[in-house]
Amino acid sequence: MTADTPVISTRDLSKQFGDYVAVDHLSLDVRAGEIFVILGGSGCGKTTLLRMLAGLEQPDTGRIFIDGRDVTDTPPYERPVNMMFQSYALFPHMSVSDNVAYGLRKEGLPRATIRDRVREMLGLVKLEGLEGRKPGQLSGGQRQRVALARALVKRPRVLLLDEPLAALDKKLREHTQFELSNLQDQLGVSFVVVTHDQEEAMTLASRIAVMDQGRFVQVGSPQEVYEYPATRFVAEFVGSTTLFAGIVRESGPEGVVIVCEGIESALPGPPSAALQAGASALIAVRPEKIQLSKERPEAAAGRVILQGIVQDLAYYGGRSVYRVRLPGGQMVSVSAQNRIRAAERTLEWDEAVFLSWARESAVVLQG
Amino acid sequence: MSRSQGVNGQRLFRAVTSGLPTLWLCVFFLAPFALVLKISLADPVIGQPPFTPLIDATGSLHLTFDNYRLVFGDSLFLASYLGSLRIAALASLICLLVGYPMAYAIARTPQPWRTLLLLLVMLPFWSSFLLRIYAWMGMLSTHGAFNTALLTLGWIERPLALMYNDFAVYLGIVYTYLPFMVLPLYAVLEKQDPDLREAAEDLGATPWRVFMDITLPLSLPGIIAGLMLVFIPAVGEYVIPTLLGGLDTRMIGRALFDEFFVNRDWPLASAVATVLLLVVVLPVMIFQRGRGGAHP
Amino acid sequence: MKGRGLAVYTWLALGYLFFYLPIILLVANSFNASRIGSHWGGFSLHWYRQLFADEQILHSAWLSVQIAFFSACGATVLGGFAGLALGRMGKFRGRTALAGMVAAPLVMPEVITGLSLLLLFVSMRAVFGWPHARGALTITIAHITFCLAYVAVVVQSRVATMDASLEEAAMDLGGRPFRVLLDITIPGIAPALLSGWLLSFTLSLDDLVISSFVSGPGANTLPMLIFSKVKLGITPDINALAALIIGVVTLGVSVAGGWMFAQQRQALVLQRQQRTERP
Repeated sequence: MTADTPVISTRDLSKQFGDYVAVDHLSLDVRAGEIFVILGGSGCGKTTLLRMLAGLEQPDTGRIFIDGRDVTDTPPYERPVNMMFQSYALFPHMSVSDNVAYGLRKEGLPRATIRDRVREMLGLVKLEGLEGRKPGQLSGGQRQRVALARALVKRPRVLLLDEPLAALDKKLREHTQFELSNLQDQLGVSFVVVTHDQEEAMTLASRIAVMDQGRFVQVGSPQEVYEYPATRFVAEFVGSTTLFAGIVRESGPEGVVIVCEGIESALPGPPSAALQAGASALIAVRPEKIQLSKERPEAAAGRVILQGIVQDLAYYGGRSVYRVRLPGGQMVSVSAQNRIRAAERTLEWDEAVFLSWARESAVVLQG
Repeated sequence: MSRSQGVNGQRLFRAVTSGLPTLWLCVFFLAPFALVLKISLADPVIGQPPFTPLIDATGSLHLTFDNYRLVFGDSLFLASYLGSLRIAALASLICLLVGYPMAYAIARTPQPWRTLLLLLVMLPFWSSFLLRIYAWMGMLSTHGAFNTALLTLGWIERPLALMYNDFAVYLGIVYTYLPFMVLPLYAVLEKQDPDLREAAEDLGATPWRVFMDITLPLSLPGIIAGLMLVFIPAVGEYVIPTLLGGLDTRMIGRALFDEFFVNRDWPLASAVATVLLLVVVLPVMIFQRGRGGAHP
Repeated sequence: MKGRGLAVYTWLALGYLFFYLPIILLVANSFNASRIGSHWGGFSLHWYRQLFADEQILHSAWLSVQIAFFSACGATVLGGFAGLALGRMGKFRGRTALAGMVAAPLVMPEVITGLSLLLLFVSMRAVFGWPHARGALTITIAHITFCLAYVAVVVQSRVATMDASLEEAAMDLGGRPFRVLLDITIPGIAPALLSGWLLSFTLSLDDLVISSFVSGPGANTLPMLIFSKVKLGITPDINALAALIIGVVTLGVSVAGGWMFAQQRQALVLQRQQRTERP
């Protein structure tokens, strides 16, 4: 095993349930010490993929490797990976410490070792004093930590987490996100996390894989996935975005120019080698990349300026989201920080506004 | 090595879990029906076993439909089938009428009293069925509790014939199977969200309308389950008509039992059983399957 | 509203009277010195003495208890497996067949089950020479067969409410399938197994029709004996026997009921406690 052997990897993995293709010829590599987050909507196959990694589901085709060793036919109880279940799956008839000790007992370790490691682990997840409680007597957050301790105490090569934060309320979720990252940092175990929550994915991940219909559509750092979505699906699924559809008029090293129906001026975008003149294309712009103003901003090279009418606005406290209607009927989402108090807010419904953004902050996609 | 061992272990475990009961039921439940069918096509003889083999010593097949001709031709068997269906159906309806208000009251009782009331419904079910029928014999007999009470009150001058008639059979069936009606009804009524009733009241429904529009329709699965749970065992009932019924109480379970034990005509009894299976049991199973496998 | 509640509870009270009046009178009569039920001849334990002097009854009772015990154990093992297979293993080959065969005994008239099993035993003896004689063994096999279905239904519905990931988690933590069954599944379905066992025990103890078919000479179970006596009319020593059985059952159910009661109260307290703990 060399230093850059992935801890867990799959080659050409597929799983079908009847007519429904859950995982479609999928290959992935998870490196040592990273948090690899699989992000996708419900039914995209992400949980099936995780269950195949754990050995709880047999793939139809393809192989799974852990530290370079083929484990495809290894049953779950012999794989050096552990899983934290979405429901936590705490054994209701066992105390907290018995739950955590379960995996070590199955390894046949000496009693004293088990006791020490359980104590150490419970200390790490801050559950001292609750050893004797039954799962039914714990709060949601405590249960989550027992499940985490139980999966980590066996020192797995990879920890698989199925929607680890979904059952927690919002406040606790934010706090636990940071705790999870810290714990992972301390222990150096690789995490594979499955989630449908893009915010959770963004904060946890070293790398995100966006999954759709059994395939990875894009794999990259959170920044890459957010700032440079590879497809229309990623652009729409991760964060919100406004898409302008049109035909490429020019494509060169300094950028592309796209003509969109209903918009007078052609829209420029960053260069794209894949798009030739005449091809259909999309320009995607994130709401926070757009500036709103009552007066027409000064024209500058590479700056896009459009005019529209505020159709709708939603106040979120820290920021507001405006939906602006262009003359051609297209709706554009714009998000603005509320740096001044709302009472002094100047933009109102039905007001004419100018939208502007830098050419480089837009993304050009194949249509 | 450990690899294949592991997967084989899982496979073996699954095979044992499903295979063992399947095997048992195939041998002791499914195979016997084939034998019933087979013997219903044989001739009765005096001997052990008291029927002719289908394939005789010369190897030729010997089938007879005489037994079926007898089952359909004899008005006694026809009367028994119809009597069973009538008594079972009517007794199920009586159970529903008696049991619904009981289940309703129990479901509306606050805990922990609800558990107690429920246990009181189940308690007779755990004690011997035969002895409970016997208890009614003590109630209904000429010198039984009813007649004694009525005579003492002076409401009657001579003891009434309460036993050895259809009335006693209905009473016995309702008494025995009432818990089977109350329990599923209770289960659906207890699960009903009280918000639904409050929402209906809020929208202007009177208590009676709330019952008719919300409670009753939502308890339909329980009603059907209860009716089936009473009807099915009642159709094949043997003990109750034998102990409480009159000589003219015709029920098919009793006819079959007597044909087998009294007349020792095994082939005819098998034919009676086959017809009962096809006419009553099979439709019930198909009906239950049609309801999406809902079980008691 | 109030009046309706009163009517419903009056009906409920009448229902319980209907349930219990015959039983109460029967128990009372078991202490009646007089042979005629309607006439109170003073308190007496005469019928109990007569009952315990009756070798035949005692023998039958012991036989029935033995049969019920082994039938309940067999039915719990086989029915437990069937319930697990149907509730946990998803789709497997033969699932439809197993589901059908588990559901069928529940709707099968006893006379048919009894007749078909007798024909099976007779044919098996003709072909294999086994079972050599009909009696306790054949009755036990018959009882396992029909009780198995009840256990399977109880276990299956319990398994359905159990989180499937519990077993997966145990397996993920290194538990082999058989260990997981012992560590996680059986504790999880223990209440269902217990009630399935008790149900089977009482069903077996109570069965008359099927036993009558598959029994042989010399093997008279208690219900068979009671039935042959009762057919001839009221016999006061049966009153005593009934009173004893009802007493034992009431005691058992009371203990179980008391336990459920305590559990429920504990759950209630726990709920309240958790509610107050939450900020």
